Amino acid sequence: MSTGIEKEMWTTKLRKAWQKNLPVEKLLPDTQPAYVASWIYMFGVATLASLGVIIASGLWLSFEGASWYHYSSVGHFVNSIHFWAVQFFFIFMVVHLWGKFWMAAWRGKRMMTWVTGALAFVGSIATAFTGYLIQTNFDSQWISYEAKDGFNSVGIGSKFNVTNFGQMILLHVAFLPVIIGVITLIHVLLVRSKGVVPPIDAFNKELGERK
Amino acid sequence: MSDRRTELEAAPWGGRTRRYDLIKEGVVAVVIIAILAAVLSTLFGSPDDKQITFKDWAVSAPADFYATSVQELAGTSGTAGYGAPYNTASDGVNLGPLHLAKIMGVTHPVDTVNDFVITPLTTVSNAAPVADALKLWQASDAKQQSTWATNYDTALTKANQDASKVPTGDYGPVPELAAGLLTMAQAGSLDGALLSQGNYFQSDNTKQTLFLGDGSYFNDQSTASNLQGDTWGMMNETGRYPGQAWLWLYSFWYQIPPFNNEDNHPFGANADAWIMVIMGGLSLGLIIMPLIPGVRSLPYKIKIHRLIWKNYYQEENL
Amino acid sequence: MGIFHHFMNLKAVYIHIGWFQMSITNLVVVLSMLLVFGLALVLPFPGSKKGKGQK
Ligand code: HEM
Repeated sequence: MSTGIEKEMWTTKLRKAWQKNLPVEKLLPDTQPAYVASWIYMFGVATLASLGVIIASGLWLSFEGASWYHYSSVGHFVNSIHFWAVQFFFIFMVVHLWGKFWMAAWRGKRMMTWVTGALAFVGSIATAFTGYLIQTNFDSQWISYEAKDGFNSVGIGSKFNVTNFGQMILLHVAFLPVIIGVITLIHVLLVRSKGVVPPIDAFNKELGERK
Repeated sequence: MSDRRTELEAAPWGGRTRRYDLIKEGVVAVVIIAILAAVLSTLFGSPDDKQITFKDWAVSAPADFYATSVQELAGTSGTAGYGAPYNTASDGVNLGPLHLAKIMGVTHPVDTVNDFVITPLTTVSNAAPVADALKLWQASDAKQQSTWATNYDTALTKANQDASKVPTGDYGPVPELAAGLLTMAQAGSLDGALLSQGNYFQSDNTKQTLFLGDGSYFNDQSTASNLQGDTWGMMNETGRYPGQAWLWLYSFWYQIPPFNNEDNHPFGANADAWIMVIMGGLSLGLIIMPLIPGVRSLPYKIKIHRLIWKNYYQEENL
Repeated sequence: MGIFHHFMNLKAVYIHIGWFQMSITNLVVVLSMLLVFGLALVLPFPGSKKGKGQK
């Protein structure tokens, strides 16, 4: 089918790169290497699942408005789900991070998997922080008052004004979740594309003589 | 690590495999976490300490509110002397020769005299003494206004914020203006006026929050809830709820010298800026950790990975 | 509003040693994180008997 013209096309190049790096068999495989047998592997998925619960409860909250949960008991419950799911999200993410660190899971050209994970961690802290700013209660009044000094001190406050409720609510429900979503997507696709990293000593036998 | 090992680790796995249902795992995880979150929500709910209004403040601590209003007029409040991004009253904090806030400029101008006191007063119909005071103030030049306000602020501070103990003096309309604002706040009409500044749509609470923070009332509430930055407040939440525990490292720096002493130059006085830089550096360090010598070799030295892969190591006799 | 809503809104209790200070709740969160990590390391992982896969 290749006629030569296709070789130059961006569409063709993208398709070929995609097929090479992430064929659907790699994206949704039936098996995993035998060493993928540890509870530690559950924490990436648990983080992802927590993020799912956060997004679902957050969407519900955003349809009702930022003050809903002050006066509606259903609202308070949905807000509580959002709140506790965030706690789970961070707990699981940190355990996941520890696990991947002790597995040195960046080996075998998986550096970008670590980098995207760490970016997700830093980005999640920023996202959670904006969430605390839009609680429309005493806590958010205080946090915005106190945190402004940190951001102002290095000039960030000129563009990121934590006492501006309108800006914070937009960033929290639109910009930041999209960033986290995209980073997480890349992170997970990288894991699928590269395959789960083998144990540190997996190739000692092959390399035995030289070690 | 040898390049050969890296190639082997990067190559598709050619060894033993096991059945693994990724999608089922994910769905089960979502269900479990949703149930866990629902259980904790049913048991504990979530924190929601009521917001403080200017009415709360003016009713509960009228003397503090009154004195703060005078400070806003005299330019002695925290906000009035803040510098960028609100005004040019000071250079703000610095990183050595770098005044980053000042460089970025006054992007959110706040004029404490007009934004906090005069403009809100003009949005309501005032009693005669207040209306007259407002007229007198507006008809006077800046130098005269400042003299009155400074005189009264100094006298009020000397009298320990007790307006009844302030001796007579050259205060112009300042006492009446502060009293007018107090009445307005007690009636509950200051919150909206500060927010809208005479407009319709508004979503920026900067002016309210800065004014609120200039007084003691708000700060005292936060101290009572252990939210002050110098006592790890950044990590805490109102009531007994968990806070942002992940901010522990950020919060940590504020507890130790030289950052825990605001009078310590150059670092303590500029702690906010230096700690931002430190945390920026550490975050970058986390992101590029696999490149950092020493840290990246820890997993090879402390063999926690043998526990993680214990099944595999047993099966393969490694 | 939560069965223990009242209890959760009482004044928090803090552990305070020198410059270190942490609410009991945050301590519980941190300890449970360590506990979960520890358990994940030592608990046997089910269903990985030798020879199950190919090769
Ligand atoms: C939004 C937060 C995150 C989500 C949703 C997430 C999700 C996942 C998932 C589902 C996996 C595959 C399953 C597993 O090995 O657990 C994974 C692998 C991985 N994660 Fe994350 N992760 C997040 C944050 C992080 C962080 C903060 C780091 C470290 C800085 C990190 C580093 C890694 C690494 C290196 C792998 C590859 C492991 C391998 O090849 O075996 N991740 N992540």
